[in-house]
Amino acid sequence: MAAVQETVEQVRRVGADQYKYGFITDIESDLAPKGLSEEVIRFISAKKDEPEWMLEWRLEAYRRWLTMTEPKWARVDYPAIDYQDLYYYAAPKSTAGPKSLDEVDPELLRTYEKLGIPLHEREILAGVERPEGEERPRVAVDAVFDSVSVATTFKEELKKVGVIFCPISEALREHPELVRKYLGTVVPTSDNYFATLNSAVFSDGSFVYIPPGVRCPMELSTYFRINEKNTGQFERTLIIADKGSYVSYLEGCTAPKRDENQLHAAVVELVTLDDAEIKYSTVQNWYPGDENGRGGIYNFVTKRGDCRGANSKISWTQVETGSAITWKYPSCVLRGDNSRGEFYSIAISNGRQQVDSGTKMIHLGKGTTSRIISKGISAGRSSNAYRGLVSAHRKAEGARNFTNCDSLLIGDACSAHTIPYIEAKNPSCVFEHEATTSKISEDVLFYCMQRGLSQEDATALVVNGFVRDVLQQLPMEFAVEAQKLISVSLEGSVG
Amino acid sequence: MTALLEIRDLKAEIAGKQILNGYDLTVKAGEVHAIMGPNGSGKSTLSYVLSGRPGYKITEGQALLAGADLSQMSVDERAAAGLFLAFQYPLEVPGVATMTFLRAALNAQRKKRGEEEMSSPDLIKRVKELAKILDMDMEMLRRPVNVGFSGGEKKRAETLQMMLLEPKLCILDETDSGLDIDALKVVSNGVNQLRSKDRGIVVITHYQRLLDYITPDVVHVQSAGRIVRTGGKELALELEETGYARYQSEAA
Repeated sequence: MAAVQETVEQVRRVGADQYKYGFITDIESDLAPKGLSEEVIRFISAKKDEPEWMLEWRLEAYRRWLTMTEPKWARVDYPAIDYQDLYYYAAPKSTAGPKSLDEVDPELLRTYEKLGIPLHEREILAGVERPEGEERPRVAVDAVFDSVSVATTFKEELKKVGVIFCPISEALREHPELVRKYLGTVVPTSDNYFATLNSAVFSDGSFVYIPPGVRCPMELSTYFRINEKNTGQFERTLIIADKGSYVSYLEGCTAPKRDENQLHAAVVELVTLDDAEIKYSTVQNWYPGDENGRGGIYNFVTKRGDCRGANSKISWTQVETGSAITWKYPSCVLRGDNSRGEFYSIAISNGRQQVDSGTKMIHLGKGTTSRIISKGISAGRSSNAYRGLVSAHRKAEGARNFTNCDSLLIGDACSAHTIPYIEAKNPSCVFEHEATTSKISEDVLFYCMQRGLSQEDATALVVNGFVRDVLQQLPMEFAVEAQKLISVSLEGSVG
Repeated sequence: MTALLEIRDLKAEIAGKQILNGYDLTVKAGEVHAIMGPNGSGKSTLSYVLSGRPGYKITEGQALLAGADLSQMSVDERAAAGLFLAFQYPLEVPGVATMTFLRAALNAQRKKRGEEEMSSPDLIKRVKELAKILDMDMEMLRRPVNVGFSGGEKKRAETLQMMLLEPKLCILDETDSGLDIDALKVVSNGVNQLRSKDRGIVVITHYQRLLDYITPDVVHVQSAGRIVRTGGKELALELEETGYARYQSEAA
């Protein structure tokens, strides 16, 4: 059998069985009544002990959502979602109110242990090796389980330098003025169908504030886990980097194997003021569904960063391997003069996964620059589309963009699509776009195998070479994990 | 003693077209064989059939490597068993540093043979030694495999891989093509260092030129998918004089 054919077979066999995060945590949950209504929104808001203005904000979003229709323009295909057949709030019963680590339900701690997420402050992320003598990197973690944050580590230490890192529900109580000032200013409640839905029902997520001039002393990360059946997860993340500050943030996500599809409609808002920088990395590994396309997460996410200040920078890096359907376009609004946006993406689709993902770089300020590097890998019977917009406003004097989109196809039953939109309204801007589509080369696989590499290792090596430019953008601690994840999603060579 | 490579009445086809027509060849450990022949006589096909390239199918006969039937082994198993093919046109592997590739290949083979992996410092030390012999800049080894390499650099890199992997049987497919005289000398020097009583080398070439530097013990003439004449190293010189014309008509 030809090498590529074998790879395709292998990939097909591996399918969903490779998903090693598919277990279910048996824990009693506190659920909102099924379905969506003003009562449910009031229920969520009351659960969170929110200020009145927040409830009003949610209700306004909900009323608007009722007038909107689901977008249909993406290259994805799925049966209609019954929004009344979902739970909009699910929380482990044992987590009433904020807790210290010692008080967290041991069942939950075990869950995160199994996932390799350290909730003890002296531990580090699993799988990270460092040369001896070198200080181990520390990572602060906010763990979100279904609709609530169950633990946040290193909060006290971060507080010493003025960094606020906590669940957004806590921020609403402790720092309402900050939340109110920024919430919905990057992704307004009216933005799009899923963002509006999120605004109405969001339950938890992380809030980060980095004060002026502070370089956050450690990586911050949020780990999202969907556990409960028929539950939608609607997290909301808000990160503000004040003048001259810097933060690197990483999110990870997994979910159990279930036959039903589950909805994940998150909103992430980033704001950088003058000279500030946010580096936001995602390793998305939601359950992708089985080989017949049954089950899996619908990942309908709105992520946007606003380079509000001059010389500020926002950089998105994503490794997307999971979800039945991915619909997300982490974007940058380059408002401040000389601000910079970056988007580095690896999107792998296998089985029956459908990906429609990309970015938007909106150049508003003078001298703004952006860079897009997108690597799409399609295998199995999947469909993988890059959709991107690069635009320059009339006032965006001297704006520059460089875009590179490469697609790699494995087998003959998958597809790759590149849909770039370019709008330049200022004659001085320079936009460059490069794109390639290629099949994984049988000759290259043969060459690698002739040197002794197994078929799986050869494929992983070629794919890792293909995505190298993007992997290099990930924080070192996660690049190793991401590399393994890529191998697992494609061949199952790693247990 | 078992021959290192034993090919008996081998017939092979690609896309339904028979290219090897009853091929016989025996290479013993310690020997260097040259296979010469006109273009289109199936010289490269032989190397691909032996290494297991997809699409090349054995229909009859046998090819044994140290007594083991090659047709029963996957491409990587053949490699781990000690078969190395130096490609006429080495492939590029974008984004994969040559050093990473060398480490992956060597350790994959060792693992398959139940041996311990070579540590990174040992590997780097060994590669440095080899690079020196082949007059290669270490900087080249940080670059992706064969990407942007000149013809000569690619052949040096192939030779370096071969020397590092220490195969039992080396098959050199038109290694001289695209080499200038200086590179030819350097590469030949590398190959000659691999000559040993435990190793067999098969040099496939169109021209006598390479054999000025790698002296063969046995020279074969291949035509129309089989060996039509075998002799000593003087046969190569004779071919240089007379050309392949008579073998082509003989085979037809």
